Amino acid sequence: MSEALTKSQARNIFYGGSLFFLAVFVALTVHSHHYIVNKSTDSAGLTEAVARGKGIWEKHSCINCHTILGEGAYFAPEVGNVWVRYGGRDDPEGAREALKVWMQSQPSGVEGRRQMPQFNLTDQELNDLIDFLEWTSRIDTQGWPPNEAG
Amino acid sequence: MKYESQKVAYYYILAALILFAAQVTFGLVAGYIYVDPNFLSETLPFNRVRMVHTSSLIVWLLLGFFGAAYYLIPDEAERDIHSPLLAYVQLAILLIGGAGAVIGYLFGIHEGREFLEQPLWVKIGIVVAALIFLFNVTMTFLKGRKTAISNVLLLGLWGVALFFLFALYNPHNLGLDKLYWWYVVHIWVEGVWELVMAAILAYLMLKLTGVDREVIEKWLYVIVATALFSGLLGTGHHYYWIGTPAYWQWVGSVFSVLEVVPFFLMVIFVFAMVWKGGRDHPNKAALLWALGCATLAFFGAGVWGFMHTLSVINYYTHGTQVTAAHGHLAFFGAYVSLNLAIFTYAMPYLLGREPYNQVLNMVSFWLMSGGMAFMTFTLTFAGVVQTHLQRVNGEYFMDVQEQLHLFYLMRLGSGVVVVLGALVFIYAVLVPRSRELIAAQQPAE
Ligand code: HEM
Ligand SMILES: [Fe+2]
Repeated sequence: MSEALTKSQARNIFYGGSLFFLAVFVALTVHSHHYIVNKSTDSAGLTEAVARGKGIWEKHSCINCHTILGEGAYFAPEVGNVWVRYGGRDDPEGAREALKVWMQSQPSGVEGRRQMPQFNLTDQELNDLIDFLEWTSRIDTQGWPPNEAG
Repeated sequence: MKYESQKVAYYYILAALILFAAQVTFGLVAGYIYVDPNFLSETLPFNRVRMVHTSSLIVWLLLGFFGAAYYLIPDEAERDIHSPLLAYVQLAILLIGGAGAVIGYLFGIHEGREFLEQPLWVKIGIVVAALIFLFNVTMTFLKGRKTAISNVLLLGLWGVALFFLFALYNPHNLGLDKLYWWYVVHIWVEGVWELVMAAILAYLMLKLTGVDREVIEKWLYVIVATALFSGLLGTGHHYYWIGTPAYWQWVGSVFSVLEVVPFFLMVIFVFAMVWKGGRDHPNKAALLWALGCATLAFFGAGVWGFMHTLSVINYYTHGTQVTAAHGHLAFFGAYVSLNLAIFTYAMPYLLGREPYNQVLNMVSFWLMSGGMAFMTFTLTFAGVVQTHLQRVNGEYFMDVQEQLHLFYLMRLGSGVVVVLGALVFIYAVLVPRSRELIAAQQPAE
């Protein structure tokens, strides 16, 4: 590397620049934090049930098969919009029932088809989980996913 | 090995290699389930297999970094490790935590955020182990000769511990959860781990090529500067669609494209040093891994990262097999190869002998690299087809997956080759034989 730059100059640029970019990043994070709480998610609607539902999602490690808002494993369908895919916007009761029946009838046992385990969730747990998925479907995701298929 | 206490590294490497074997074995099982989905579906569902696969990867890479630090810092500082005892205590904590986590996963005991599934007691164990480590190496560093290599390595490892603290914060709001989850996941692999990578590569170049330290360390600072300047705001490429503001589509796109720069510089750096250097170091296998590391990291992280990092493209590819393709080659190229390079370099010194089993070791390089490259191609093709059918045409996920069977079959084949390569590597490093498979040319009289 050229003689124009000495090692200690390079070091100082590294320290100074990194601190600068870290500060900008932290500032934007603070802004984004407020934006999430106040704008893009329904903080008021984040009920105890939704919080419990998130806990159930985590307890059974659903994310290691599914994706949620595009993040997770890529083995099973996206669930960030599963509420919408099941028609929950027009018929919430029907969608809730359909999702419950779906989860209760796993594993399908169909030969050659990916299997979802049976988690033996209680009715309350199923409701909490579905509340969480419904809440998630209302996050303002800048228009992602491109279509209902997720 | 100049200092007795460097021997600590040997046990870290051993532990890392055991987990490496577990990681690739479970990867193979996961790849098999893609092809034969009813396999183990009731006893060991896919999600548990995947948790073992990813968690053992992360833990063994960290064990490798710690081991590398315990080998390299005394050498750079020109003194023994502050407390070898503490280093062993740290290893014991990590082993108990690592084994506890893996066994727990098999029985469904875990937390539930991707990559951060370790139960709370294991997370706390990791923090304690990291604190012991930082105390131990920082003391060694402060009392000895301070070089840029050990300085950058330590900064990187301090960053690893600091950003891991965000793993302890799990808010109920999914958007916030994701915002800070990336503080661990992205800032590790595209921030502070790059400091570790650049420092270890610089050390290997210093030893293997004999180029002047001043030259190498200047490169080092330039590389890590470009890494953090781009990588911190580059986190924005994960803030496009999770409830974060729209400006991240600009910030994330611009800065994450610049993330290619440090990986490009690392390729130029290693090849330039070999070109410039006059030393004919006997450990050819370590040199192959070091050059391979920079090259494959450039493709896996740089090229395959660039492929889907612009928000207009990521809108369609986000969370498809394109992501899986990139994740595999990036981790392998950058951090698996880095560890295997430093293991290959350090083991002969730790055992007090000349480099051994170099041919086998190099065979394992080509098996693993070839296998991973092929795996990346198959997953990329699968991902492009998936993106078109699902994201453009709107066909349902499961229907699309059925059409990708052939790609998953080929992926499984490449996985077999990678596992084979890993086993050859482990054998080559752990079981010294007296003769090489192919004798080296003796220098002409
Ligand atoms: C060695 C460094 C890197 C490693 C180990 C790595 C690894 C990964 C992994 C594992 C994921 C998936 C995370 C998840 O589960 O959601 C990911 C996602 C991603 N990476 Fe990297 N990466 C590296 C560097 C880069 C670079 C340099 C770029 C850009 C130039 C990049 C761009 C991306 C993007 C855009 C995603 C999100 C994909 C999506 O939307 O689904 N990565 N990376
Ligand atoms: Fe990233």
